[in-house]
Amino acid sequence: MKNPDSTPAAGGPQITRRSVLRGALNTAGGLAAFAAAVSPLRDLDRDELTLERFLQKHYKEMTPDEKDRALQRIAAEVERRYAARPELRDLPAMDGVEFAYALNLGRCIGCRRCVHACVAENNQSRDPEVQYIRVLELPRGSVDVERADHYYDRPAVPDPDHFYMPVQCHQCANPPCVKVCPVEATWQEPDGVTVIDYDWCIGCRYCEAACPYFARRFNFAEPSVPREKLNTDMTYLSNRPRRKGVMEKCHFCLQRTRAGRMPACLEVCPVGARNFGNLLDPDSQVAQILKTKHVLVLKQEANTLPRFFYYFDEDFPRNRGSAPARGSEAHRKGLSLTVLNPQAAQSLPGRGRGGPA
Amino acid sequence: MKTYLTFLWRCFRMSFNGDWRYHTWMFVLTAIALLGLNAYCRQLVHGLVMTGMTDQVSWGMYIANFTFLVGMAAAAVMLVIPVYVYRNRDLHDLVIFGELLAVAAIIMCLLFVLVDLGRPDRFMHIFWRFNFPISMLSWDVIVLNGYLLLNLHICGYLIYCAYRRVPPSQYFYVPFVFIAIAWAISIHTVTAFLYVGLGGRPFWNTAIIAPRFLASAFAAGPALIILTLQIIRRFAGVHVADRSLLLLRNIVTVALTINMFLLVCELFTEFYTDSAHVASTVYLYFGLHGYAALVPWIWTAVALNTAALVILYLPLTRSLQSLNAACLLMIVGIWIEKGMGLIVPAFIPSPLGEIVEYSPTANETLICLGIWAFGLLLYTIMVRITVPVLSGQLTINADSGGSPARAPHLEEV
Repeated sequence: MKNPDSTPAAGGPQITRRSVLRGALNTAGGLAAFAAAVSPLRDLDRDELTLERFLQKHYKEMTPDEKDRALQRIAAEVERRYAARPELRDLPAMDGVEFAYALNLGRCIGCRRCVHACVAENNQSRDPEVQYIRVLELPRGSVDVERADHYYDRPAVPDPDHFYMPVQCHQCANPPCVKVCPVEATWQEPDGVTVIDYDWCIGCRYCEAACPYFARRFNFAEPSVPREKLNTDMTYLSNRPRRKGVMEKCHFCLQRTRAGRMPACLEVCPVGARNFGNLLDPDSQVAQILKTKHVLVLKQEANTLPRFFYYFDEDFPRNRGSAPARGSEAHRKGLSLTVLNPQAAQSLPGRGRGGPA
Repeated sequence: MKTYLTFLWRCFRMSFNGDWRYHTWMFVLTAIALLGLNAYCRQLVHGLVMTGMTDQVSWGMYIANFTFLVGMAAAAVMLVIPVYVYRNRDLHDLVIFGELLAVAAIIMCLLFVLVDLGRPDRFMHIFWRFNFPISMLSWDVIVLNGYLLLNLHICGYLIYCAYRRVPPSQYFYVPFVFIAIAWAISIHTVTAFLYVGLGGRPFWNTAIIAPRFLASAFAAGPALIILTLQIIRRFAGVHVADRSLLLLRNIVTVALTINMFLLVCELFTEFYTDSAHVASTVYLYFGLHGYAALVPWIWTAVALNTAALVILYLPLTRSLQSLNAACLLMIVGIWIEKGMGLIVPAFIPSPLGEIVEYSPTANETLICLGIWAFGLLLYTIMVRITVPVLSGQLTINADSGGSPARAPHLEEV
């Protein structure tokens, strides 16, 4: 980088026809190269790039009017893509409800029906495949996930030497994923379910790195759901179709559970291993299970305070003793309503009202 | 204002001026940067499926390079401290090249974060709902952009003063220099905390990560500055005393020693304890259940860093050539250690014990190369402008950039 033309100003390089021509050629060449470089953008989906979408606010900041408009816009978009008019609505959390899940490890046979019912219910992408539930096949006598087989493929389940542990979002009361999100695109709802605003997520995947349960999924490619397979019963925060570049995960089927129904994974379970209900209702099945069974949570040391519990039913003595009862007591103490969710506990007058029991 | 615009225009003109070597270098960098841009456009259209990342290994080369470059940016402080704290005269005129390197490195960092986003069109959401101070990523946004502004201000102010041939006012930059020293430490600490704070990733969840980050940054960063200064000395005719390089050599030696020591501490804790925590480390160094993609990489890094350390300590190898070799070895070694060695293994095995390996795709690699080329391009342009300005060849009166001379506008700021 010697400076050959550091002549005094007056001298300056001569502006000749030739130098102008060369400059013009260089500029044209540069612009052409740039245009060629950005040419793949021609295939960019412009659906996503409307001003309306760009200006759409965070879910929590929208006024009822704005929310209605957003719902209409999204419904129209879904209709355009899937040729089916969706029943898209916004279902808020019910007062006095804190959802929890209890899964009977002694019963689960590892059939993976829950996995597929979930995919169908929640409009997950079929290609590439996105699944919220992972069923682990574990050797008896261990809950060490590093010994788990995720891809077991047996002619018949259950295998007598193994037990099966489905894992999905644990809807933690102390969720690491919510903590790390830089734009508050994911948060815990008053009923204890951690949700994602798919229109606010920037796709940094920090929450995915933070989750100790491998519960979050990222749309690396544009999700595809066959038109005839679309579940048109959908809500803003749960199963409406996602686009590429955002996170998604299990939300306890909010489109069902906030309307008094059970999650799809529970309904399909052939052995009744799955229990779901309102923790704040002492008569609900989950509350009873937490009171009477030896429950455990996965990775208790992570102090995430999951609302997803595992237990071994006493009806299945072959598994007795393999469930570490130690520690579950302590966690159950942590379950006292006020600790888990002060917000929900405050609204106790409405306790159990309308919630599924 | 007009003076300033003229200044910018002349800088712009200046960046196109140079001999054939300069033009070739810039042409090659531009070509690679455009290839990277092309690859990025493809990624925009098809999504991050164009990368080797998966739900299991959800961060890869982008975040690895980002982490490495944060260290490079922070390392500029290793030039600043001797000059402004210990009043070292030799390095005084060279500080600006370190600060410009920081500017280029931070811009590359921001680009690496941008290409990692699934929805870059929504990045402005950080302005509407910013999860500060809870999310470490929000801290990182602040410290990185703050550091960029600080260094842009310091460099821009000094260069503009030199251009106007007025002595810089201490009040306008010295306080910022001292803020930048603390800030440099903060950018790398915050970036380390980004990983350290995740309880679900035992490989990262250790207090030694932040000190190791700083130690490796203060080894690889000044090493890069040593090489850069020699290139500038050779091609831009800037006077760089051997004494300055030897001072940097001492810094590098100490930092690399500390880095190796911390590595030993970490390895001892992991392997001697031999708890469930060790899985990722075993995967990294020896392979796990037959999966061993990172093993050759990490041992290469260990070998390179050890070789660099030996060269730095042996009295036989005191020459500049061997210093250059040591610098090159440790830059590559630390790049591997921080990328393949620190980001990827934390995801393997996954929190549910699954082993999914990661290797970058061609498209992903092109994007990385493109960003590196763009960063080098920026740095070259900045040096190209700074050298003639500081040496008095390009000033408000004299013009070497080819545009007609203009009357000075000294009354304007």
